[in-house]
Amino acid sequence: MISLAGRDILHSWGKFVFTGVGLGLLIGVTLTMAGVYRGMVDDGKVLLDNSGADLWVVQKNTLGPYAESSSLNDDAYRSILAMPGVAQAANVTYLTMQVRTGNADVRAMVVGIASGATDTPGWPPFLVAGRQITRSHYEAVADVATGFELGDRIIIRRNQYKVVGLTRRMVSSNGDPMVFIPLKDGQEAQFLKDNDAIVQQRRRTAENPSLNRPGVPGLLDAVIASQSSNPYVNAVLVRVKPGYAADEVAESIRRWKRLTAYTRPQMEDILVGKLIATSAKQIGMFLAILAIVSAAIVAFIIYTLTMDKIREIAVLKLIGTRNRTIAAMILQQAIVLGLIGFVVGKITATFAAPFFPKYVLLIPTDSIAGAIAIMVICALASVIAIRMALQVDPADAIGG
Amino acid sequence: MVGKGIRIEGLRKRYGSGDTAVDALKRVDMQVAPGEVIGLIGPSGSGKSTLLKALGAVIDPTAGRMILGDEVIYDDGWKISDLRALRRDKIGFVFQAPYLIPFLDVTDNVALLPMLAGTPNSEARQRALALLRALDVEHRAGAMPSQLSGGEQQRVAIARGLVNHPPVILADEPTAPLDSARALAVIRILNDMAQRFETAIIVVTHDEKIIPTFKRIYHIRDGATHEEAGQGRSID
Ligand SMILES: Nc1ncnc2c1ncn2[C@@H]1O[C@H](COP(=O)(O)OP(=O)(O)OP(=O)(O)O)[C@@H](O)[C@H]1O
Ligand SMILES: [Mg+2]
Repeated sequence: MISLAGRDILHSWGKFVFTGVGLGLLIGVTLTMAGVYRGMVDDGKVLLDNSGADLWVVQKNTLGPYAESSSLNDDAYRSILAMPGVAQAANVTYLTMQVRTGNADVRAMVVGIASGATDTPGWPPFLVAGRQITRSHYEAVADVATGFELGDRIIIRRNQYKVVGLTRRMVSSNGDPMVFIPLKDGQEAQFLKDNDAIVQQRRRTAENPSLNRPGVPGLLDAVIASQSSNPYVNAVLVRVKPGYAADEVAESIRRWKRLTAYTRPQMEDILVGKLIATSAKQIGMFLAILAIVSAAIVAFIIYTLTMDKIREIAVLKLIGTRNRTIAAMILQQAIVLGLIGFVVGKITATFAAPFFPKYVLLIPTDSIAGAIAIMVICALASVIAIRMALQVDPADAIGG
Repeated sequence: MVGKGIRIEGLRKRYGSGDTAVDALKRVDMQVAPGEVIGLIGPSGSGKSTLLKALGAVIDPTAGRMILGDEVIYDDGWKISDLRALRRDKIGFVFQAPYLIPFLDVTDNVALLPMLAGTPNSEARQRALALLRALDVEHRAGAMPSQLSGGEQQRVAIARGLVNHPPVILADEPTAPLDSARALAVIRILNDMAQRFETAIIVVTHDEKIIPTFKRIYHIRDGATHEEAGQGRSID
């Protein structure tokens, strides 16, 4: 027996290729949407990986530092460092803002990192060019995705920084590239007011008789100094000593330090389950709509292709073709359409992914799931056409 | 001749029921022997198509018997179970429009029937080619139906009707679109094939050009058949 579906496809291949490519573009969008979601999850994991921490200690009862704002005193890390099981503890600040160079600006997450050795938690784990920050002020290490180059002068708030090193795939959970600066600068950036505001505040403080007492010289200066510095950080990144369980150390920090501490799995839950949950639902909705649209398109195309062959189907039935053979012909055509669509979609997604501003991660399991979904959709979509074909009366071939 | 050809006795067909019932066939008796080509003629609405559909086993008669070879197909409301296989193996169809399958080439249009019956592809194509040769269209064996002339298409359609060597061929206005010479050529082919394969051929027609060639003619009028002798004019 010859393949009726195959012969029909070869005969009207233009129709199949044309509609297959159209369907393929739709599938390409669908695969890319899935890739955007995977990219978001991956950004979150990369963020956690690259922070080099086992525990995140944040302000009590917050989901900080990424999903909610959190602030801790910058001396809290000392007492954490003294706890059993803690190998390293380092302050860190995070601030998402526009970083300027010349007259352009780039959205970035500015990370203030504690001074210390290169394996201090929070430090970029590797550089693709240049060196780590060595001075305690006005140096920066930037992710290549910012577009900055070694030696560039960048402006964060009112201060200028020199780019001394470049990293790769250091991104926030939003996919914004990171710019690392010394901790003190990071604290200042979060707090720094403009000159007018500083003058206003000084004046107000000086006018307050309880703070500006003639009998206590130096009090006013001390108050102003404390007002214009920022003793807070967003989190303390903790690395646990080998042989200690991260959740036990986290538990003792919670109990004795009255702070909230998250382990790596808990942090992942917060990022994936809370921070990107809404985006994930949004993407899920899009996937559902795209699936319905694809199904409608396949159903419509297969229906029209079958309608065009009604006469031939009547003749085939008259000369004794089994219903099964006719149904298989239509089903196979739907599947072939799905296959063309999937191949075109996969190629489109693969080539389009690098052009997206955010990270698009195409993983093979998604492709396989997508392929299976498309086949199922095509099979279901052909049901209407098959039903119609089976209702064709062989007597119609004889006519009136 | 009993047990050969096709025979129908007292065939009736009623469409619908109650007030709107139409008795399309009231009493049809007909017998066509192997090797015989008969004409079936009648005015519009007389029941020709209905009779052809009953003979072709795509509508079930309300009453009467139909016997094909020595097999009873219909008997007063009873029918054999697999009409589809019967159509495939025992009945050949040739239509006014050739109704070839547009996505199969000439050979496979003809070879499709034996293939549907489970004959291996190469053997089915051998048989198709032999018939195409007999019908003088072998040189177009690899062409698609849309590339053939009307007469060539009709000959391919005849080959398809013959390929399973059915005991009966039903031809519905097979010469309508053809000029006189080609119409007569088709009738000659049908006569040759009837002789060669011992086939009973029933030709429904209005075509004045070919009516004189039949030796026997069934007139159908108002749902009933009347047999009469034809002129049986020689074609060459
Ligand atoms: N499906 C049907 N339902 C009801 N009545 C029908 C049906 N098919 C045919 N008829 C009626 O049966 C009668 C015979 O119809 P039939 O089609 O057999 O005529 P015909 O001889 O083929 O006519 P023509 O030469 O015009 O094709 C007509 O009165 C027609 O209206
Ligand atoms: Mg008719």
